[in-house]
Amino acid sequence: MNEFAPLSGLIGGAMLGAAASALVLLSGRVAGISGIVAGTFRARGIELGWRAAFVLGLVLGPLVVAFVGGAPVVVRVPASATGLVLAGLLVGFGARLGGGCTSGHGVCGISRLSPRSLMATAVFIVAGMAVVFVVRHVLGLPTWP
Amino acid sequence: MAVILAAFALGLLFGAGLAVSHMMDPVYVLGFLDIAGAWNPTLVAVMAGAVAAAAPGFLLARGRRHPLLGGTFQVPTRRDIDARLLAGALLFGIGWGTAGLCPGPALAGLSTGMWQFLVFVPAMLVGMAIHDGAGRALDRRAPSAGSAAP
Repeated sequence: MNEFAPLSGLIGGAMLGAAASALVLLSGRVAGISGIVAGTFRARGIELGWRAAFVLGLVLGPLVVAFVGGAPVVVRVPASATGLVLAGLLVGFGARLGGGCTSGHGVCGISRLSPRSLMATAVFIVAGMAVVFVVRHVLGLPTWP
Repeated sequence: MAVILAAFALGLLFGAGLAVSHMMDPVYVLGFLDIAGAWNPTLVAVMAGAVAAAAPGFLLARGRRHPLLGGTFQVPTRRDIDARLLAGALLFGIGWGTAGLCPGPALAGLSTGMWQFLVFVPAMLVGMAIHDGAGRALDRRAPSAGSAAP
């Protein structure tokens, strides 16, 4: 199952965009997942509370979708253990160094037309495309070794 | 308390959105990044839906003095493009293209119980901690530098 799914893409995208809208209006915060998570390292009290509550909701959200839909959410991860460790380190470090990830820069930043976020999003999409191109079309591998 | 309950409800909505949109499925993400292969543009629809729904919130927030539940707005104000931003986005993109996972979908994926998420998420947290730890050490040496805005 790797079909173009414009309708579920639009609906699901609108759901997470609506969550970002509501978070900034209600609490004044940006729904950038890397920032919310990294903030838990040092936060105390209500600051730690809202971050932990958001992450807990994030983890449980797909279970609600599976329950309502009557079928588990389809998730396939075509990567080796080594690839996952490397990717995880890069994603975590890079998101902090660049001040955001797909949600903070890609959704929230673009929504408020931030030049930093537009640039960051362009860079990480092109970098991701380059990696996939090398792995699949230069090395001819189905996935990262 | 209202702030915490709101955050939980909005986290649920965000996680559900990741599941519905296929953003949580690395096969879709890698399919979007594979422009020379069987390109899957679903993520373009996800981005369009997300930006269309998020933009009104940020626009409305601009006209308000305080968030509805009190406190202050903590929205980034920097507009300059510096080396940190570019280097960070580059490393992030390399990692994203390697496994097809970014922070939101990786955390949401924990709900599946699949081992891949139990490997990726701790590695991601270590990557964040390495950056934040090194950043604090550098800031102690040069107090004027300041850390990256979220």
